[in-house]
Amino acid sequence: MADDIATSEPAAEAAPPPAPDPRPDPQPPILRIENVVKSFGSFRAVDGVSLDIRAGEFFALLGPSGCGKTTLLRMLAGFESPDEGRILLSGEDIGDVLPHQRPVNMMFQNYALFPHLNVRDNIAFGLRRAGMPRAEIATRVAEMVALVRLEGLEKRKPDQLSGGQRQRVALARSLARRPQVLLLDEPMAALDKKLRESTQFELMELQRRLGMTFIIVTHDQEEAMTVATRIGVMNAGRLEQVAAPRRLYEEPASRWVAEFVGDINLFEGEVTAREPLRLRVATSTAGELVAAQPVVPITETRVSVAIRPEKIRLALRRPAGDATGINCVEGAVSDASYLGGKTVYKIKLDGGAVLHAAQANTARLDADGYGLNQRVVAWFTPDDCVVLER
Amino acid sequence: MSARRIFSRPARFAAIAPYVWMVLFFLVPFAFVLKISLSQTAIAQPPYTPLFSLAEGWSSLSDAFAALSLDNFRLLLSDDLYLASYLRSVVVALTSTAILLLIGYPIAYGMARLPRRWQGIAMMLVIVPFWTSFLIRIYAWVNILQHDGLLNQILLALHLVSKPVVWLSTDSAMYVGIVYSYLPFMILPLFATLTKLEPALEEAAADLGATPREIFWLVTFPLSLPGVGAGALLCFIPIVGEFVIPDLLAGSKSLMIGQTLWLEFFTNKDWPVASSIAVVLLAVLLLPLLLYDRLQRRQLEESR
Repeated sequence: MADDIATSEPAAEAAPPPAPDPRPDPQPPILRIENVVKSFGSFRAVDGVSLDIRAGEFFALLGPSGCGKTTLLRMLAGFESPDEGRILLSGEDIGDVLPHQRPVNMMFQNYALFPHLNVRDNIAFGLRRAGMPRAEIATRVAEMVALVRLEGLEKRKPDQLSGGQRQRVALARSLARRPQVLLLDEPMAALDKKLRESTQFELMELQRRLGMTFIIVTHDQEEAMTVATRIGVMNAGRLEQVAAPRRLYEEPASRWVAEFVGDINLFEGEVTAREPLRLRVATSTAGELVAAQPVVPITETRVSVAIRPEKIRLALRRPAGDATGINCVEGAVSDASYLGGKTVYKIKLDGGAVLHAAQANTARLDADGYGLNQRVVAWFTPDDCVVLER
Repeated sequence: MSARRIFSRPARFAAIAPYVWMVLFFLVPFAFVLKISLSQTAIAQPPYTPLFSLAEGWSSLSDAFAALSLDNFRLLLSDDLYLASYLRSVVVALTSTAILLLIGYPIAYGMARLPRRWQGIAMMLVIVPFWTSFLIRIYAWVNILQHDGLLNQILLALHLVSKPVVWLSTDSAMYVGIVYSYLPFMILPLFATLTKLEPALEEAAADLGATPREIFWLVTFPLSLPGVGAGALLCFIPIVGEFVIPDLLAGSKSLMIGQTLWLEFFTNKDWPVASSIAVVLLAVLLLPLLLYDRLQRRQLEESR
């Protein structure tokens, strides 16, 4: 678990020794990033990031633009050197290793294909630099062309290819040298939505088949969740949280992560009672809420209660039976957005807050939708609430 | 409906304007030159036999056609002076262009890698000599290179030479003048191509294991070839016809074609021969242009 929690300290303080791992990995990480800092002028683009990436992982660096994710990736490729901290690849410090000597390859955002070379020569570029024998290059190029299904296009120049084909050439070119780690910088940003989705699955398939370590940088959370086995969420140069997609969504470590990943309802309040497994929180806009105590107990009094919209159920009246264990809030529907698979209601609570509630449209002939201004009861269980320090 | 409709009247005018310009200011004057080159020298004002006059009608026109002669062109072939001049012009232009490329490329490359806010200043520094008259700048070089000029004074003061070196009226002086004058024409197109180059391409090459030298020769240089071609043409063509620089800085032993042309025109007052020199010069200059065009077209076809 410890390796799942981001350790991003302010670099001004002396870096504490890394906490001993209570459950040591059977194999050491292929890539270890230790307290890396990178500034451009007075702007700290990467501000003390520590991260371990295991061999064979598909790791995503997720964050808004300007959060430092691309700078971090560029440091892994060798285009930037860290001001502080170390980057270890297979246990060796590669901080001073020049880009062309790193066993790491990168797939560039706009592919950066060589416009004067055809598909074959683009893919063979890295192999020729490595001094591979001609016959072997031909075999490897053919293998790569088959891998990304570009047969018959070997003699085309990049400007004679479609966007999707260019993307596959870039992928083949970066995979040809069989790097220890493949870096992907927004590899699908230039594709349209449909193509992007199918490409995401192809990429996952490929990564699993090759067993290679992939690190992808993206600002698209759906993309990160789809492809990655673990996601590192970055904000303002720091890692906010590192976790598997499901945990990132269901157990956000901070308010920032909760709000950045997916839609969420947040109610600020104060803890009024601490039971062994339950916290009672008095919120100003949604009344008293009961929430499950997080695994790491909350010690603060001022907290936020967070509930994902799809965890909320709507009804016309309070659920029958013993409803003391659940949270019920009442209000009127102020807006409804029909999105096909689900409908998102905005409910103006009597306490003043606006609650987002997503209802799955499970039946085609479901006439159970709620109309505007209709009074509804929204309820959710304590286990569906996440309590975050403010 | 029709494709023509999408062009408004001003747009159509804009499309034909370059052709109108070419006809008025290139083809028509060239027709005059061609006409003179085909006529005979005469002691008159202007100093050649008029081929025809419109007042005499069609008969004079047919007479004129009958009187057209290639004598002047035959003369160009018969006398070594002209051939030597053409040859020297081409050799000087080729050599100068090569030197310009060797000096201009690193400068343009360095400029393209400056931070954006410095690029404007660097560009200004390249262009700023144009603000002084070209002639004055060449006379300044005469001043620097002459017997007791600045260069010799410095060399003497530094005890690098014991007596003044002869610089002026040598080919070296001419090359200095040509390279100095044409450097901006080499740098600017190269700079334009190199700044447009996506930096990610060089990073991609480095990422794929290319050393800095390989990055340059395998990626940067091939992709800057259009700039190299444009810069070379912009320098080569005017240098072939250059007159002032060789006249002021080079010796008088061998002449460039521009000087020969000047001699024929002003000293010998032989307009027809001077005109035929100009016509042949144009043919000589069209050759590299056609080659360049052919190369570009082939590149385009290759990528089809």
